[in-house]
Amino acid sequence: MSTPIYQSTSLPKTLSSAWRSFRIATWLGWQIESNWTDPILFAIYSMLKPLASAAILVVMYGVITNGQFENPIFPYIYLGNAFYIYVGAVMTGVSWAVIDDREHYRTLKYIYVAPIRLPAYWLGRGVARFLTGSFAVFITLAAGVLFLHVPFHPARVDWPLFLLSLMLGVVMLALMGLVLASISLMIAHHFFLIGEAVAGALYLLSGAIFPLEVLPPWLRPLGFAMPITYWLELLRRSLLGDLARGFPTLSGFSNGQLLGILAGLSVLFGLLAAVTYRLCDHQAREKGLIDQTTNY
Amino acid sequence: MSSEARPFFAPVPKASGWRLFLKTVVARAYPRVIGQQRERSWLFFDVFLSILAVSAYVFVYRAIGAPEEYVGFVVVGGAMTAFWLNVLWSMSSQLYWEKESGNLALYIMAPNSMMAILLGMAVGGIVATALRAAAILLVGSLLFHVQYAVGSLPALAAVFLLTLAALYGLGMMSASLFLLWGREAWHLANLAQEPIYLLSGFYFPVKNLGFWVAVAASIIPLTLGLDAMRQLLFPSGAALGFLTVPVEVAVLAVLCVLFLVAARWLLGYMERMAIREGRLLESRR
Repeated sequence: MSTPIYQSTSLPKTLSSAWRSFRIATWLGWQIESNWTDPILFAIYSMLKPLASAAILVVMYGVITNGQFENPIFPYIYLGNAFYIYVGAVMTGVSWAVIDDREHYRTLKYIYVAPIRLPAYWLGRGVARFLTGSFAVFITLAAGVLFLHVPFHPARVDWPLFLLSLMLGVVMLALMGLVLASISLMIAHHFFLIGEAVAGALYLLSGAIFPLEVLPPWLRPLGFAMPITYWLELLRRSLLGDLARGFPTLSGFSNGQLLGILAGLSVLFGLLAAVTYRLCDHQAREKGLIDQTTNY
Repeated sequence: MSSEARPFFAPVPKASGWRLFLKTVVARAYPRVIGQQRERSWLFFDVFLSILAVSAYVFVYRAIGAPEEYVGFVVVGGAMTAFWLNVLWSMSSQLYWEKESGNLALYIMAPNSMMAILLGMAVGGIVATALRAAAILLVGSLLFHVQYAVGSLPALAAVFLLTLAALYGLGMMSASLFLLWGREAWHLANLAQEPIYLLSGFYFPVKNLGFWVAVAASIIPLTLGLDAMRQLLFPSGAALGFLTVPVEVAVLAVLCVLFLVAARWLLGYMERMAIREGRLLESRR
Protein backbone atom coordinates (compact mmCIF):
# COMPACT_ATOMS: atom_id res chain seq x y z
CA MET A 1 0.00 0.00 0.00
CA SER A 2 1.46 3.35 -1.00
CA THR A 3 1.93 6.10 1.55
CA PRO A 4 0.32 9.44 0.74
CA ILE A 5 2.87 12.08 -0.12
CA TYR A 6 2.09 14.31 2.85
CA GLN A 7 2.49 11.59 5.48
CA SER A 8 5.94 11.92 6.97
CA THR A 9 7.18 9.35 9.39
CA SER A 10 9.25 11.50 11.71
CA LEU A 11 7.97 14.16 14.08
CA PRO A 12 10.34 16.93 12.88
CA LYS A 13 9.20 16.37 9.29
CA THR A 14 5.56 16.40 10.35
CA LEU A 15 6.04 19.64 12.26
CA SER A 16 7.99 21.16 9.41
CA SER A 17 5.26 20.24 6.94
CA ALA A 18 2.56 21.60 9.28
CA TRP A 19 4.47 24.85 9.77
CA ARG A 20 4.92 25.29 6.01
CA SER A 21 1.19 24.68 5.45
CA PHE A 22 0.28 27.10 8.21
CA ARG A 23 2.65 29.81 6.96
CA ILE A 24 1.51 29.65 3.33
CA ALA A 25 -2.16 29.49 4.33
CA THR A 26 -1.67 32.56 6.50
CA TRP A 27 -0.28 34.50 3.55
CA LEU A 28 -3.05 33.21 1.27
CA GLY A 29 -5.74 34.04 3.83
CA TRP A 30 -4.46 37.58 4.16
CA GLN A 31 -4.48 38.07 0.38
CA ILE A 32 -8.05 36.80 0.13
CA GLU A 33 -9.27 38.92 3.03
CA SER A 34 -7.66 42.15 2.00
CA ASN A 35 -7.08 42.30 -1.74
CA TRP A 36 -10.66 43.12 -2.78
CA THR A 37 -10.19 46.80 -2.19
CA ASP A 38 -7.71 49.53 -1.29
CA PRO A 39 -6.21 49.63 2.23
CA ILE A 40 -8.23 52.65 3.38
CA LEU A 41 -11.58 51.12 2.48
CA PHE A 42 -10.43 47.85 4.00
CA ALA A 43 -9.54 49.60 7.27
CA ILE A 44 -12.93 51.36 7.33
CA TYR A 45 -14.66 48.07 6.59
CA SER A 46 -12.77 46.36 9.41
CA MET A 47 -13.69 49.11 11.88
CA LEU A 48 -17.26 49.95 10.96
CA LYS A 49 -18.94 46.64 11.67
CA PRO A 50 -17.58 46.07 15.19
CA LEU A 51 -18.03 49.72 16.14
CA ALA A 52 -21.64 49.63 14.95
CA SER A 53 -22.29 46.45 16.95
CA ALA A 54 -20.83 48.06 20.05
CA ALA A 55 -22.73 51.29 19.40
CA ILE A 56 -26.07 49.41 19.33
CA LEU A 57 -25.40 48.20 22.87
CA VAL A 58 -24.11 51.60 23.96
CA VAL A 59 -27.25 53.36 22.70
CA MET A 60 -29.51 50.72 24.27
CA TYR A 61 -27.70 51.14 27.57
CA GLY A 62 -27.61 54.93 27.33
CA VAL A 63 -31.34 55.18 26.56
CA ILE A 64 -32.36 53.15 29.59
CA THR A 65 -29.86 54.46 32.13
CA ASN A 66 -29.67 58.05 30.91
CA GLY A 67 -25.99 57.62 30.19
CA GLN A 68 -24.77 56.23 33.54
CA PHE A 69 -21.71 54.65 32.00
CA GLU A 70 -19.87 54.47 35.31
CA ASN A 71 -22.12 51.61 36.50
CA PRO A 72 -20.10 48.33 36.59
CA ILE A 73 -22.60 46.58 34.32
CA PHE A 74 -21.56 48.82 31.43
CA PRO A 75 -17.90 47.73 31.22
CA TYR A 76 -19.16 44.17 31.75
CA ILE A 77 -21.34 44.46 28.63
CA TYR A 78 -18.86 46.49 26.62
CA LEU A 79 -15.78 44.33 27.21
CA GLY A 80 -17.74 41.11 26.70
CA ASN A 81 -19.02 42.36 23.37
CA ALA A 82 -15.59 43.64 22.30
CA PHE A 83 -13.76 40.38 22.98
CA TYR A 84 -16.59 38.35 21.49
CA ILE A 85 -15.42 39.70 18.11
CA TYR A 86 -12.70 37.04 18.34
CA VAL A 87 -15.31 34.28 18.45
CA GLY A 88 -16.76 35.20 15.08
CA ALA A 89 -13.37 36.06 13.60
CA VAL A 90 -11.31 33.05 14.66
CA MET A 91 -13.90 30.28 14.83
CA THR A 92 -15.71 31.21 11.64
CA GLY A 93 -12.45 32.27 9.95
CA VAL A 94 -11.02 28.77 10.28
CA SER A 95 -14.18 26.92 9.28
CA TRP A 96 -15.08 29.22 6.39
CA ALA A 97 -11.87 28.23 4.56
CA VAL A 98 -13.48 24.90 3.62
CA ILE A 99 -16.47 26.58 2.02
CA ASP A 100 -14.37 29.23 0.33
CA ASP A 101 -12.05 26.66 -1.22
CA ARG A 102 -14.71 24.15 -2.17
CA GLU A 103 -17.62 26.29 -3.34
CA HIS A 104 -16.15 29.67 -4.26
CA TYR A 105 -12.63 29.11 -5.56
CA ARG A 106 -13.23 25.41 -6.27
CA THR A 107 -9.70 24.54 -5.20
CA LEU A 108 -10.32 22.17 -2.30
CA LYS A 109 -9.57 19.12 -4.43
CA TYR A 110 -6.22 20.61 -5.47
CA ILE A 111 -5.42 21.45 -1.87
CA TYR A 112 -6.22 17.86 -0.94
CA VAL A 113 -3.73 16.46 -3.43
CA ALA A 114 -1.04 19.01 -2.51
CA PRO A 115 1.64 18.01 0.04
CA ILE A 116 0.15 19.99 2.92
CA ARG A 117 -1.33 19.30 6.35
CA LEU A 118 -4.97 20.21 6.06
CA PRO A 119 -5.72 21.15 9.71
CA ALA A 120 -2.60 23.34 9.76
CA TYR A 121 -3.71 24.91 6.48
CA TRP A 122 -7.18 25.70 7.89
CA LEU A 123 -5.67 27.19 11.03
CA GLY A 124 -3.44 29.35 8.83
CA ARG A 125 -6.44 30.56 6.85
CA GLY A 126 -7.94 31.71 10.15
CA VAL A 127 -4.94 33.91 11.02
CA ALA A 128 -6.01 36.70 8.68
CA ARG A 129 -9.38 36.89 10.40
CA PHE A 130 -7.60 36.82 13.75
CA LEU A 131 -5.53 39.84 12.70
CA THR A 132 -8.49 41.83 11.41
CA GLY A 133 -10.43 40.73 14.50
CA SER A 134 -7.62 41.98 16.75
CA PHE A 135 -7.73 45.32 14.97
CA ALA A 136 -11.49 45.49 15.52
CA VAL A 137 -11.15 44.55 19.20
CA PHE A 138 -8.48 47.20 19.70
CA ILE A 139 -10.54 49.91 18.00
CA THR A 140 -13.65 48.95 19.96
CA LEU A 141 -11.75 48.98 23.26
CA ALA A 142 -10.07 52.27 22.42
CA ALA A 143 -13.45 53.87 21.60
CA GLY A 144 -14.85 52.59 24.90
CA VAL A 145 -11.93 53.94 26.93
CA LEU A 146 -11.71 57.29 25.14
CA PHE A 147 -15.39 58.16 24.76
CA LEU A 148 -17.44 55.99 27.12
CA HIS A 149 -15.45 55.95 30.35
CA VAL A 150 -14.72 52.23 30.22
CA PRO A 151 -12.27 51.96 33.12
CA PHE A 152 -8.79 51.10 31.90
CA HIS A 153 -5.67 51.83 33.91
CA PRO A 154 -2.58 50.18 32.37
CA ALA A 155 -0.83 50.03 35.73
CA ARG A 156 -3.71 48.14 37.30
CA VAL A 157 -4.17 45.62 34.51
CA ASP A 158 -3.04 42.08 35.32
CA TRP A 159 -1.05 41.78 32.08
CA PRO A 160 0.23 38.21 32.55
CA LEU A 161 -3.30 36.98 33.26
CA PHE A 162 -4.66 38.97 30.32
CA LEU A 163 -2.09 37.68 27.83
CA LEU A 164 -2.34 34.09 29.04
CA SER A 165 -6.15 34.15 28.94
CA LEU A 166 -6.19 35.78 25.53
CA MET A 167 -3.78 33.22 24.11
CA LEU A 168 -5.61 30.25 25.61
CA GLY A 169 -8.93 31.60 24.39
CA VAL A 170 -7.73 32.14 20.83
CA VAL A 171 -6.31 28.60 20.73
CA MET A 172 -9.61 27.26 22.06
CA LEU A 173 -11.57 29.21 19.44
CA ALA A 174 -9.28 27.97 16.67
CA LEU A 175 -9.86 24.38 17.83
CA MET A 176 -13.62 24.98 17.84
CA GLY A 177 -13.18 26.35 14.31
CA LEU A 178 -11.40 23.13 13.31
CA VAL A 179 -14.39 21.12 14.56
CA LEU A 180 -16.71 23.27 12.43
CA ALA A 181 -14.34 23.08 9.44
CA SER A 182 -14.39 19.29 9.61
CA ILE A 183 -18.17 19.25 9.80
CA SER A 184 -18.29 21.69 6.86
CA LEU A 185 -16.57 19.03 4.74
CA MET A 186 -19.74 16.98 5.05
CA ILE A 187 -22.41 19.56 4.38
CA ALA A 188 -23.48 21.78 1.53
CA HIS A 189 -26.91 23.21 2.17
CA HIS A 190 -26.35 24.55 5.65
CA PHE A 191 -22.71 25.59 5.60
CA PHE A 192 -23.32 29.26 6.16
CA LEU A 193 -25.74 28.55 8.98
CA ILE A 194 -23.46 26.40 11.11
CA GLY A 195 -20.91 29.07 12.02
CA GLU A 196 -23.61 31.68 12.59
CA ALA A 197 -25.74 29.33 14.66
CA VAL A 198 -22.83 28.33 16.89
CA ALA A 199 -21.60 31.91 17.27
CA GLY A 200 -25.16 33.15 17.93
CA ALA A 201 -25.83 30.48 20.53
CA LEU A 202 -22.52 31.16 22.26
CA TYR A 203 -23.25 34.91 22.28
CA LEU A 204 -26.48 34.21 24.11
CA LEU A 205 -25.30 31.47 26.44
CA SER A 206 -21.80 32.60 27.42
CA GLY A 207 -22.87 35.75 29.21
CA ALA A 208 -20.99 37.89 26.72
CA ILE A 209 -23.25 40.90 27.09
CA PHE A 210 -25.24 40.18 30.24
CA PRO A 211 -24.62 38.20 33.44
CA LEU A 212 -25.79 34.57 33.27
CA GLU A 213 -28.21 35.25 36.14
CA VAL A 214 -30.45 37.05 33.64
CA LEU A 215 -30.94 33.83 31.66
CA PRO A 216 -33.86 31.56 32.58
CA PRO A 217 -32.67 28.99 35.18
CA TRP A 218 -32.99 26.08 32.73
CA LEU A 219 -30.55 27.74 30.30
CA ARG A 220 -27.85 28.64 32.84
CA PRO A 221 -26.21 25.18 32.99
CA LEU A 222 -25.53 25.45 29.26
CA GLY A 223 -23.78 28.76 29.90
CA PHE A 224 -21.57 27.14 32.54
CA ALA A 225 -20.62 24.40 30.06
CA MET A 226 -19.29 26.92 27.52
CA PRO A 227 -15.55 27.63 27.68
CA ILE A 228 -16.15 31.14 26.37
CA THR A 229 -17.97 31.99 29.62
CA TYR A 230 -14.76 31.40 31.59
CA TRP A 231 -12.58 33.05 28.97
CA LEU A 232 -14.57 36.29 29.00
CA GLU A 233 -14.63 36.30 32.80
CA LEU A 234 -10.84 35.98 32.90
CA LEU A 235 -10.41 38.83 30.42
CA ARG A 236 -12.76 41.06 32.41
CA ARG A 237 -10.98 40.25 35.67
CA SER A 238 -7.56 40.92 34.20
CA LEU A 239 -8.63 44.30 32.80
CA LEU A 240 -11.08 45.50 35.44
CA GLY A 241 -9.80 43.86 38.61
CA ASP A 242 -12.26 44.03 41.51
CA LEU A 243 -14.92 45.70 39.40
CA ALA A 244 -15.39 42.44 37.49
CA ARG A 245 -15.82 40.45 40.69
CA GLY A 246 -19.00 42.39 41.46
CA PHE A 247 -21.07 39.95 39.43
CA PRO A 248 -21.97 36.73 41.19
CA THR A 249 -21.88 34.38 38.17
CA LEU A 250 -18.34 33.06 38.64
CA SER A 251 -17.37 34.85 41.85
CA GLY A 252 -16.83 31.49 43.59
CA PHE A 253 -13.92 30.66 41.28
CA SER A 254 -10.36 31.94 41.67
CA ASN A 255 -8.36 33.06 38.63
CA GLY A 256 -6.31 29.85 38.81
CA GLN A 257 -9.45 27.73 38.80
CA LEU A 258 -10.86 29.62 35.84
CA LEU A 259 -7.58 29.19 33.94
CA GLY A 260 -7.61 25.48 34.77
CA ILE A 261 -11.17 25.10 33.49
CA LEU A 262 -10.34 27.02 30.31
CA ALA A 263 -7.17 24.98 29.70
CA GLY A 264 -9.03 21.72 30.35
CA LEU A 265 -11.84 22.64 27.96
CA SER A 266 -9.27 23.69 25.34
CA VAL A 267 -7.59 20.28 25.57
CA LEU A 268 -11.02 18.69 25.27
CA PHE A 269 -11.75 20.67 22.13
CA GLY A 270 -8.32 19.72 20.78
CA LEU A 271 -9.20 16.05 21.13
CA LEU A 272 -12.66 16.65 19.71
CA ALA A 273 -11.13 18.50 16.73
CA ALA A 274 -8.76 15.58 16.03
CA VAL A 275 -11.54 12.98 16.21
CA THR A 276 -13.99 15.07 14.18
CA TYR A 277 -11.40 15.74 11.50
CA ARG A 278 -10.55 12.04 11.12
CA LEU A 279 -14.21 11.05 10.96
CA CYS A 280 -15.38 13.78 8.61
CA ASP A 281 -12.34 13.57 6.35
CA HIS A 282 -12.87 9.81 6.00
CA GLN A 283 -16.59 10.22 5.30
CA ALA A 284 -16.04 13.06 2.83
CA ARG A 285 -13.54 10.94 0.86
CA GLU A 286 -15.80 7.88 0.97
CA LYS A 287 -18.79 9.83 -0.31
CA GLY A 288 -16.86 11.83 -2.89
CA LEU A 289 -17.69 15.17 -1.31
CA ILE A 290 -14.26 16.79 -1.64
CA ASP A 291 -14.75 18.09 -5.15
CA GLN A 292 -18.49 18.67 -5.02
CA THR A 293 -19.80 22.04 -6.14
CA THR A 294 -23.34 22.66 -5.02
CA ASN A 295 -23.76 26.26 -6.19
CA TYR A 296 -25.34 27.09 -2.84
CA MET B 1 -60.77 16.70 -32.73
CA SER B 2 -62.94 19.69 -33.44
CA SER B 3 -62.23 22.01 -36.31
CA GLU B 4 -61.59 24.85 -33.87
CA ALA B 5 -58.83 22.98 -32.03
CA ARG B 6 -55.32 24.36 -32.38
CA PRO B 7 -53.09 22.42 -34.80
CA PHE B 8 -50.34 20.46 -33.12
CA PHE B 9 -47.52 22.56 -34.54
CA ALA B 10 -49.25 25.91 -34.24
CA PRO B 11 -47.09 28.57 -32.56
CA VAL B 12 -47.80 29.22 -28.91
CA PRO B 13 -49.44 32.62 -28.49
CA LYS B 14 -46.79 35.02 -27.26
CA ALA B 15 -47.40 37.41 -24.45
CA SER B 16 -46.43 41.00 -24.92
CA GLY B 17 -46.86 44.34 -23.22
CA TRP B 18 -48.33 44.24 -19.73
CA ARG B 19 -49.18 40.56 -20.05
CA LEU B 20 -45.51 39.70 -20.64
CA PHE B 21 -44.51 42.03 -17.82
CA LEU B 22 -46.84 40.30 -15.36
CA LYS B 23 -45.87 36.83 -16.53
CA THR B 24 -42.21 37.73 -16.01
CA VAL B 25 -42.95 39.01 -12.51
CA VAL B 26 -44.74 35.78 -11.63
CA ALA B 27 -42.04 33.64 -13.25
CA ARG B 28 -39.25 35.33 -11.27
CA ALA B 29 -41.24 35.32 -8.03
CA TYR B 30 -42.09 31.64 -8.38
CA PRO B 31 -38.66 30.14 -7.52
CA ARG B 32 -38.37 32.42 -4.51
CA VAL B 33 -41.61 31.17 -3.04
CA ILE B 34 -41.24 27.54 -4.09
CA GLY B 35 -37.53 27.46 -3.28
CA GLN B 36 -38.15 27.73 0.41
CA GLN B 37 -40.44 24.70 0.30
CA ARG B 38 -37.45 22.72 -0.93
CA GLU B 39 -35.24 23.75 1.99
CA ARG B 40 -37.56 23.92 4.95
CA SER B 41 -34.65 23.65 7.37
CA TRP B 42 -33.55 27.10 6.17
CA LEU B 43 -36.78 28.53 7.48
CA PHE B 44 -36.03 26.96 10.85
CA PHE B 45 -32.46 28.27 10.91
CA ASP B 46 -33.46 31.75 9.77
CA VAL B 47 -36.02 32.00 12.55
CA PHE B 48 -33.74 30.35 15.09
CA LEU B 49 -30.78 32.65 14.35
CA SER B 50 -32.95 35.75 14.53
CA ILE B 51 -34.46 34.58 17.80
CA LEU B 52 -30.95 34.12 19.21
CA ALA B 53 -30.06 37.72 18.35
CA VAL B 54 -33.40 39.03 19.63
CA SER B 55 -33.01 37.05 22.87
CA ALA B 56 -29.53 38.46 23.49
CA TYR B 57 -30.80 42.04 23.17
CA VAL B 58 -33.88 41.28 25.27
CA PHE B 59 -31.66 39.93 28.06
CA VAL B 60 -29.47 43.02 27.86
CA TYR B 61 -32.56 45.19 28.37
CA ARG B 62 -33.63 42.99 31.27
CA ALA B 63 -30.14 43.13 32.80
CA ILE B 64 -30.27 46.94 32.88
CA GLY B 65 -33.89 47.09 34.05
CA ALA B 66 -35.54 48.50 30.91
CA PRO B 67 -39.33 48.89 30.72
CA GLU B 68 -40.99 45.82 29.20
CA GLU B 69 -42.07 47.76 26.08
CA TYR B 70 -38.45 47.83 24.97
CA VAL B 71 -38.60 44.05 24.78
CA GLY B 72 -41.43 44.50 22.29
CA PHE B 73 -39.35 47.03 20.34
CA VAL B 74 -36.56 44.44 20.04
CA VAL B 75 -38.93 41.69 18.91
CA VAL B 76 -40.50 43.88 16.20
CA GLY B 77 -37.06 45.09 15.11
CA GLY B 78 -35.79 41.52 15.05
CA ALA B 79 -38.67 40.46 12.81
CA MET B 80 -37.94 43.31 10.39
CA THR B 81 -34.26 42.31 10.14
CA ALA B 82 -35.51 39.41 8.00
CA PHE B 83 -36.66 41.90 5.36
CA TRP B 84 -33.45 43.92 5.51
CA LEU B 85 -31.32 40.79 5.12
CA ASN B 86 -33.50 39.67 2.24
CA VAL B 87 -33.13 43.03 0.50
CA LEU B 88 -29.37 43.01 1.04
CA TRP B 89 -28.58 39.45 0.05
CA SER B 90 -31.40 38.54 -2.30
CA MET B 91 -32.17 41.86 -3.97
CA SER B 92 -29.13 44.15 -3.89
CA SER B 93 -26.60 41.39 -4.47
CA GLN B 94 -28.83 39.27 -6.68
CA LEU B 95 -27.85 40.58 -10.11
CA TYR B 96 -24.23 40.12 -9.08
CA TRP B 97 -24.94 36.47 -8.13
CA GLU B 98 -26.89 36.03 -11.37
CA LYS B 99 -23.88 37.28 -13.31
CA GLU B 100 -21.60 34.90 -11.44
CA SER B 101 -23.89 31.96 -12.21
CA GLY B 102 -24.39 32.99 -15.83
CA ASN B 103 -28.08 33.91 -15.65
CA LEU B 104 -27.73 37.66 -16.09
CA ALA B 105 -26.87 37.47 -19.77
CA LEU B 106 -29.93 35.24 -20.30
CA TYR B 107 -32.14 37.76 -18.52
CA ILE B 108 -30.91 40.56 -20.73
CA MET B 109 -31.16 38.52 -23.93
CA ALA B 110 -34.72 37.36 -23.17
CA PRO B 111 -37.52 39.54 -24.60
CA ASN B 112 -38.72 40.73 -21.22
CA SER B 113 -38.30 43.76 -19.05
CA MET B 114 -35.49 43.73 -16.49
CA MET B 115 -37.75 45.81 -14.26
CA ALA B 116 -40.22 42.92 -14.31
CA ILE B 117 -37.45 40.55 -13.24
CA LEU B 118 -36.45 42.82 -10.37
CA LEU B 119 -40.09 43.25 -9.40
CA GLY B 120 -40.56 39.48 -9.46
CA MET B 121 -37.54 39.06 -7.21
CA ALA B 122 -39.03 41.64 -4.86
CA VAL B 123 -42.53 40.11 -4.80
CA GLY B 124 -41.14 36.60 -4.29
CA GLY B 125 -38.77 37.92 -1.62
CA ILE B 126 -41.57 39.70 0.24
CA VAL B 127 -43.80 36.61 0.26
CA ALA B 128 -41.01 34.28 1.32
CA THR B 129 -39.61 36.64 3.94
CA ALA B 130 -43.01 37.54 5.39
CA LEU B 131 -43.29 33.96 6.59
CA ARG B 132 -39.93 34.19 8.39
CA ALA B 133 -40.74 37.60 9.86
CA ALA B 134 -44.13 36.36 11.07
CA ALA B 135 -42.49 33.33 12.68
CA ILE B 136 -39.88 35.51 14.44
CA LEU B 137 -42.61 37.88 15.65
CA LEU B 138 -44.77 35.03 16.90
CA VAL B 139 -41.99 33.08 18.63
CA GLY B 140 -40.42 36.24 20.09
CA SER B 141 -43.75 37.54 21.35
CA LEU B 142 -44.63 34.23 22.97
CA LEU B 143 -41.17 33.70 24.48
CA PHE B 144 -40.96 37.14 26.02
CA HIS B 145 -44.68 37.78 26.67
CA VAL B 146 -44.83 40.94 24.55
CA GLN B 147 -48.04 42.95 24.97
CA TYR B 148 -49.32 44.85 21.94
CA ALA B 149 -51.95 47.59 21.87
CA VAL B 150 -52.89 47.99 18.21
CA GLY B 151 -54.94 51.15 17.75
CA SER B 152 -55.70 50.83 14.05
CA LEU B 153 -55.04 47.61 12.20
CA PRO B 154 -55.63 49.13 8.72
CA ALA B 155 -53.15 51.92 9.48
CA LEU B 156 -50.61 49.36 10.70
CA ALA B 157 -51.10 47.24 7.58
CA ALA B 158 -50.78 50.31 5.34
CA VAL B 159 -47.55 51.42 7.03
CA PHE B 160 -46.14 47.91 6.80
CA LEU B 161 -46.94 47.55 3.09
CA LEU B 162 -45.65 51.02 2.26
CA THR B 163 -42.43 50.30 4.15
CA LEU B 164 -41.94 47.10 2.20
CA ALA B 165 -42.67 48.82 -1.10
CA ALA B 166 -40.07 51.51 -0.39
CA LEU B 167 -37.59 49.01 1.00
CA TYR B 168 -37.79 46.68 -1.99
CA GLY B 169 -37.65 49.73 -4.27
CA LEU B 170 -34.33 50.50 -2.60
CA GLY B 171 -33.32 46.88 -3.19
CA MET B 172 -34.22 47.11 -6.89
CA MET B 173 -32.21 50.30 -7.19
CA SER B 174 -29.17 48.98 -5.40
CA ALA B 175 -29.17 45.75 -7.44
CA SER B 176 -27.73 47.72 -10.37
CA LEU B 177 -25.23 49.52 -8.14
CA PHE B 178 -24.00 46.28 -6.60
CA LEU B 179 -23.58 44.83 -10.07
CA LEU B 180 -21.36 47.73 -11.05
CA TRP B 181 -19.30 47.31 -7.86
CA GLY B 182 -18.57 43.71 -8.80
CA ARG B 183 -16.35 41.78 -6.43
CA GLU B 184 -16.83 44.31 -3.62
CA ALA B 185 -20.57 43.53 -3.57
CA TRP B 186 -20.28 40.72 -1.03
CA HIS B 187 -18.28 42.88 1.36
CA LEU B 188 -20.58 45.86 0.90
CA ALA B 189 -23.64 43.76 1.67
CA ASN B 190 -21.84 42.37 4.69
CA LEU B 191 -20.95 45.89 5.78
CA ALA B 192 -24.55 47.09 5.51
CA GLN B 193 -25.83 44.94 8.34
CA GLU B 194 -24.79 46.15 11.80
CA PRO B 195 -24.37 49.83 10.80
CA ILE B 196 -27.92 49.83 9.42
CA TYR B 197 -29.25 48.01 12.50
CA LEU B 198 -27.73 50.87 14.46
CA LEU B 199 -28.82 53.79 12.27
CA SER B 200 -32.33 52.52 11.60
CA GLY B 201 -33.01 51.82 15.28
CA PHE B 202 -33.79 48.14 14.95
CA TYR B 203 -33.39 47.59 18.69
CA PHE B 204 -34.22 51.01 20.16
CA PRO B 205 -36.30 54.06 19.18
CA VAL B 206 -34.41 55.91 16.44
CA LYS B 207 -35.28 59.22 18.11
CA ASN B 208 -32.46 58.52 20.57
CA LEU B 209 -29.84 58.98 17.88
CA GLY B 210 -30.65 62.66 17.65
CA PHE B 211 -32.73 64.55 15.08
CA TRP B 212 -30.22 64.94 12.27
CA VAL B 213 -28.84 61.42 12.49
CA ALA B 214 -32.40 60.09 12.41
CA VAL B 215 -33.18 62.32 9.41
CA ALA B 216 -30.13 60.99 7.57
CA ALA B 217 -31.05 57.41 8.51
CA SER B 218 -34.54 57.94 7.10
CA ILE B 219 -33.17 57.28 3.62
CA ILE B 220 -33.44 53.63 4.66
CA PRO B 221 -37.21 53.03 4.61
CA LEU B 222 -37.07 50.71 7.59
CA THR B 223 -36.08 53.62 9.84
CA LEU B 224 -39.39 55.44 9.50
CA GLY B 225 -41.37 52.26 8.85
CA LEU B 226 -40.23 50.68 12.11
CA ASP B 227 -40.78 53.90 14.01
CA ALA B 228 -44.32 54.26 12.66
CA MET B 229 -45.15 50.61 13.33
CA ARG B 230 -43.91 50.88 16.92
CA GLN B 231 -46.06 53.97 17.39
CA LEU B 232 -49.07 51.98 16.20
CA LEU B 233 -48.22 48.83 18.18
CA PHE B 234 -47.24 50.05 21.66
CA PRO B 235 -48.94 52.47 24.06
CA SER B 236 -45.77 54.50 24.65
CA GLY B 237 -44.75 54.26 20.98
CA ALA B 238 -46.06 57.72 20.12
CA ALA B 239 -44.10 59.33 22.97
CA LEU B 240 -40.91 57.58 21.82
CA GLY B 241 -41.58 58.16 18.12
CA PHE B 242 -39.35 60.26 15.90
CA LEU B 243 -41.98 61.98 13.72
CA THR B 244 -45.77 61.67 13.66
CA VAL B 245 -47.16 58.67 11.77
CA PRO B 246 -48.75 60.75 8.94
CA VAL B 247 -45.44 62.53 8.28
CA GLU B 248 -43.57 59.23 8.28
CA VAL B 249 -46.13 57.72 5.88
CA ALA B 250 -45.75 60.69 3.52
CA VAL B 251 -41.95 60.39 3.51
CA LEU B 252 -42.20 56.65 2.89
CA ALA B 253 -44.49 57.27 -0.09
CA VAL B 254 -41.99 59.73 -1.56
CA LEU B 255 -39.12 57.27 -1.01
CA CYS B 256 -41.16 54.56 -2.69
CA VAL B 257 -41.58 56.58 -5.90
CA LEU B 258 -38.02 57.89 -5.79
CA PHE B 259 -36.45 54.45 -5.47
CA LEU B 260 -38.57 52.88 -8.21
CA VAL B 261 -37.75 55.68 -10.67
CA ALA B 262 -34.06 55.49 -9.72
CA ALA B 263 -34.14 51.70 -10.10
CA ARG B 264 -35.45 52.02 -13.66
CA TRP B 265 -32.86 54.62 -14.62
CA LEU B 266 -29.94 52.73 -13.04
CA LEU B 267 -31.00 49.48 -14.64
CA GLY B 268 -30.84 51.09 -18.08
CA TYR B 269 -27.49 52.64 -17.28
CA MET B 270 -26.10 49.35 -15.99
CA GLU B 271 -27.30 47.45 -19.06
CA ARG B 272 -25.79 49.97 -21.46
CA MET B 273 -22.50 50.08 -19.62
CA ALA B 274 -22.22 46.33 -19.14
CA ILE B 275 -22.96 45.66 -22.81
CA ARG B 276 -20.56 48.39 -23.97
CA GLU B 277 -17.73 47.15 -21.75
CA GLY B 278 -18.49 43.46 -22.28
CA ARG B 279 -18.76 42.75 -18.55
CA LEU B 280 -21.95 40.72 -18.58
CA LEU B 281 -20.19 37.39 -18.81
CA GLU B 282 -17.12 38.10 -16.74
CA SER B 283 -16.69 36.15 -13.55
CA ARG B 284 -13.93 37.43 -11.34
CA ARG B 285 -13.31 35.35 -8.24
